[in-house]
Amino acid sequence: MEPLQRLSAQAVTLAYGRRLVAQELTAAIPHGGFTVIVGPNACGKSTLLRALARLLSPRAGQVLLDGRSIANQPTKAVARQIGLLPQTSIAPPGIAVEDLVARGRYPHQSLLQRSPERDRAAVVEAMAATGVSDLAEQAVDELSGGQRQRVWIAMALAQDTDIILLDEPTTFLDIAHQVEVLELLTSLNRRGKTVVAVLHDLNQAARYASHLIVMATGRVVTTGAPSEVMTEALVSQVFGLPCLVLPDPVTGSPLVVPRRAERTD
Amino acid sequence: MSRAARRRAALNLTLALIGLLGAVLALGLGDYPLTPAQVVEALVGSDSGFARTVVVEWRAPRVMVALAFGAALATSGALFQSLTRNPLGSPDVIGLSTGSYTGALVAMAWAGSGRLATTSGAIVGGLATAVLVYVLAHRDGVQGFRLIVVGIGVTAMLHAFNLFLLARLREETAMTAAIWGAGSIGLIGWDRALPALAVLAALTPLTVAAAPALRQLELGDDAAGGHGLRVEPARLAILALGAALTAVVTASAGPIAFIALAAPQIAQRLTRSPGTPLLASALLGGLGLLAADLAAQFVLPMAVPTGAVTVVLGGAYLVDLMIREARSDKTAR
Repeated sequence: MEPLQRLSAQAVTLAYGRRLVAQELTAAIPHGGFTVIVGPNACGKSTLLRALARLLSPRAGQVLLDGRSIANQPTKAVARQIGLLPQTSIAPPGIAVEDLVARGRYPHQSLLQRSPERDRAAVVEAMAATGVSDLAEQAVDELSGGQRQRVWIAMALAQDTDIILLDEPTTFLDIAHQVEVLELLTSLNRRGKTVVAVLHDLNQAARYASHLIVMATGRVVTTGAPSEVMTEALVSQVFGLPCLVLPDPVTGSPLVVPRRAERTD
Repeated sequence: MSRAARRRAALNLTLALIGLLGAVLALGLGDYPLTPAQVVEALVGSDSGFARTVVVEWRAPRVMVALAFGAALATSGALFQSLTRNPLGSPDVIGLSTGSYTGALVAMAWAGSGRLATTSGAIVGGLATAVLVYVLAHRDGVQGFRLIVVGIGVTAMLHAFNLFLLARLREETAMTAAIWGAGSIGLIGWDRALPALAVLAALTPLTVAAAPALRQLELGDDAAGGHGLRVEPARLAILALGAALTAVVTASAGPIAFIALAAPQIAQRLTRSPGTPLLASALLGGLGLLAADLAAQFVLPMAVPTGAVTVVLGGAYLVDLMIREARSDKTAR
């Protein structure tokens, strides 16, 4: 039987240098779900995502993948299971879309062992899934912001992992492209990928997530389905924002409407 | 492979062919001129006449060394520039050549001017400088721009120290040191060329193996880490490789400027390659040093050290680069 969760952080303490971000934090990623991590600025959302992706090793506790600590597994083996779209990546100047997407194949390549056909197939499939096949020969730096983000997602898809983590994939995009990216992630999720994203917009989080992880100052406040956790009390507690929560007229998911701001901080 | 990638492959092939033709041409030049046909005959033919001695014993080491050393310097430059994401992040700018010179001078001052002492002094000096710059620039990992600034500072200090050492050396030792310090490949025969070429040959597969990691690092540390690259160890290994390439060349030929700085930039513009292309840089570096050496021998009214030619070209190029960087103002990241 498929385990309910393959990836989880177990009582992790996370820090950058001497700056402590989170202590004894535990969070599980439901398998096959679309998990969204939300919380105020600097609450440790991205830090948790980095720890799940093995970019940051916990001071204490561990991140488990299929019951084994990812710190004890070869980095490339982890990268064949978990893909990551970082908040900022650099496209080498002038690189063609196809060549950038192909760089996502790195964990499947070694000096002695390569299968160009499989790499090629994964790249073609990733470009098709993100709708950038027509752009294959174009230079990434000539694309619009929305197209570029789809190319980055294609690179993460070419990695061919069951789990994909995205750090604020909609930041810097206009609303139409934000929706486009979130719809894309939903379709990937429907096709079997476990998706985990850090998002800023509560309404988008509530609309697209199957599972929410709500964080504040380095701890998990609550988790669960958006319809259960996204309440006026929670938003006011976590963000200090008085609001109304109404059913979204389109999807019925919780819609957060701020009241006249009287910030309590 | 995209069209752009195929185009780059074709360009590399062209550069390699030009290098081969250039080598044949260079082997024919000198006081005993030979046509390309005679050169090929001397190389592959069975007769062991005077032409063969001239080509194989006298001229071949110099041509081989020019191509190989140029390629090694350019590769080293490409590695450093790619890691620092900065055209100024080149081994000669961040002090490795100056450090090699310091090592050689220290060896001459205390261990005599024997070749072994000088060579090992230069290698140790270059690598020690690399370590020093790395450690001084290290703060939660090494960031490109800090490495360059620290490197330029270290270069200035070592340069002052070199002048101090030169002033303290005995006169004839100082002469030897000054000749070495100008950077010349003209005095290298097979006996000196072979060990250096052997080391460079050994470093070549390591460079090939490092290339995928370098391509990953270009995407940023997080993306590279997300793809399963162990970022900091990989970066350290590539820095060590780049430092070793420069140290080996400098130990045999003295500091040769310009090639490491310019070849990767020219290669990148020529191939329109994303990131710094290793192979095209190496090919252009080999061609560049061969051309500079031929100019030093035959174009100028009197023979000068190769390093003098590259320094003049390099100085002009560096000024141009700095002006452009200052204007576009996109260096610091």
